[in-house]
Amino acid sequence: MEKRVTFKGIWLPFVLVMPQIVITAVFFFYPAGQAIWQSLFIPDPFGLSMQYVGLGNFTFLLGDPFYRASFVTTAVFSTLVTLVSMGVALYLAVLADRLIKSSGTYRTLLIWPYAVAPAVAGVLWLFMFNTRVGVVAWYLGQLGYDWNHVLNDGEAMGLVVVASAWGRISYNFLFFLAGLQAIPRSLIESAAIEGARFWTRFRTIVFPLLSPMTFFLLVVNVVYAFFETFGVIHTITSGGPQQATTILVYKVFSDGFVGQDLGSSAAQSVILLFVVSILTIIQFKYIERRVHY
Amino acid sequence: MATVVLESLRKSFGKTEVIHGVSIDVEDGEFIVIVGPSGCGKSTLLRMVAGLETVTSGSVAIGDRVVNDVEPMDRDISMVFQNYALYPHMSVFDNIAYGLKIAKLPRAEIAERVKNAAEILQLGPYLDRKPRELSGGQRQRVAMGRSIVRKPAVFLFDEPLSNLDAKLRVQMRLEIKSLQRRLGVTALYVTHDQVEAMTLADRMIVMNSGVTEQIGKPLDVYASPKTAFVAGFIGSPPTNFLESDPTQRVLPASCRLGIRPEHIRVVDPEQGVCVGTVVFSEPLGAETLVHLRLLDGQSLTLRQDGLLRVPGENELIGVAWNRSDEMIFSADGKRAFREEEDNKGSPDT
Repeated sequence: MEKRVTFKGIWLPFVLVMPQIVITAVFFFYPAGQAIWQSLFIPDPFGLSMQYVGLGNFTFLLGDPFYRASFVTTAVFSTLVTLVSMGVALYLAVLADRLIKSSGTYRTLLIWPYAVAPAVAGVLWLFMFNTRVGVVAWYLGQLGYDWNHVLNDGEAMGLVVVASAWGRISYNFLFFLAGLQAIPRSLIESAAIEGARFWTRFRTIVFPLLSPMTFFLLVVNVVYAFFETFGVIHTITSGGPQQATTILVYKVFSDGFVGQDLGSSAAQSVILLFVVSILTIIQFKYIERRVHY
Repeated sequence: MATVVLESLRKSFGKTEVIHGVSIDVEDGEFIVIVGPSGCGKSTLLRMVAGLETVTSGSVAIGDRVVNDVEPMDRDISMVFQNYALYPHMSVFDNIAYGLKIAKLPRAEIAERVKNAAEILQLGPYLDRKPRELSGGQRQRVAMGRSIVRKPAVFLFDEPLSNLDAKLRVQMRLEIKSLQRRLGVTALYVTHDQVEAMTLADRMIVMNSGVTEQIGKPLDVYASPKTAFVAGFIGSPPTNFLESDPTQRVLPASCRLGIRPEHIRVVDPEQGVCVGTVVFSEPLGAETLVHLRLLDGQSLTLRQDGLLRVPGENELIGVAWNRSDEMIFSADGKRAFREEEDNKGSPDT
């Protein structure tokens, strides 16, 4: 039964929800409104004057090959980050779920990377793969592979994907593990008695029952890949080489604060907001249908 | 169909031994009920037969094959779990067909077998539903259906009725029994409910803290319990245990006298074996339970026909019983037969 609390006056419920409303208004609605407003102007680099251009910023962006390339880069990047971070996390969670002894230690160790801020994680990976002093780069050199993510597009993309996914694995791992442990043991045992071996059980019982968790993580990870990976990209590649790792959110920053084109930057934020909303709606509309709650 | 033979089976979790050497011979087609209080190791025993728990020592044989190291899927068994373990994301049809699909049976045969099982269990109209859209009794039937379609050699039941309400439990009990009779499949059934044990079993096994206290036909076990535990566990209300014989006869040193409530009669105080005051009476309609405090302070419960007069509270009454109904238990809980009883006291097999 749902328990409903009824308030007599109007002011108490109002005060109780006020903090959330204020936070949302100040940190979301106001900047979002500001971005939409600014996307209609071209300000001069010093911010002294603004020229109204209507939808000019948008038409320019959509015709800009660099911007369109950034869309493709973002699609590749966020797909890879989501796949890698969720795939590895699921694999580790399945292993941890089978573990009986010292699972606590194993779990704690796996959760640590989540405590590392994206920018710091970026620096860590940057040092490991630095073309001159990086440990991993050096070993790769010993093996005869000439690692250079500063020049090579693919290597740069690989590195930012791995660095972004790495911190995310912990988070996904926790949720997958909780999901796995919520599956009653008797279901697995029953399937085992009925002849299903490990992989069959995983495919027919475990994975379908994990689908609500997988769906939630999919939505959250896509949003993460779109926005929060900024720090990693900024520290490792700064969007390079030759914009190979310039995802949409990084382009917002580099065009606006490096290129001083605030109007275009604002227009890009609006487009980004729009794209992510559409993506989330699509996820809820089409993928959620396959979820078994 | 197969025999099941457990030989001095032991199970330890870490350093704690929970099953202390259990040996059972189950005949082909026999319905065996393992009954005992919670924590006595009955479920663990069943799970060892299923292959869900490893065997610490001893052996489990199904048919003529020792299956200690055989995986559950290769033991040719099926199991009904206490919570039914239905797959929530699959329809009733898919739940029942799961094992058959994994065995890669032809589609037509799967449909045929599921149809048959659904007919037997009256699940026909529900094949497209999800488990969450079924009532408790229907879920129970789906779990049964899943068991029977695979035509296993042995059925295992782990307290399958304990999640149902009392009325449904009686009904499903009958269905399980008739189903097992019809299919003639060997069954091992674990329960803590003595009524289920008495009504279902060809032979029952009473377990207590990891050992089998007694194995036998239900009525034999009831009529002549071998230990104080069995006498106290089987039968409701339980057997009365008297530390000292109220009839002033001398009991062998540190022995207890057991007498079943239905063997005690109410008589006039002068004619009784002993007298006591009524603490309270419970008239249940067909029968009346009378709780007494004897003069020496011991408690006694008796059961009499519901048509007889119900003794009032604090009334002084006499009670009597036949000496042949007495059961003497020595300090270690074993049955100690009195000398004059030795001839007739042994179980009438």
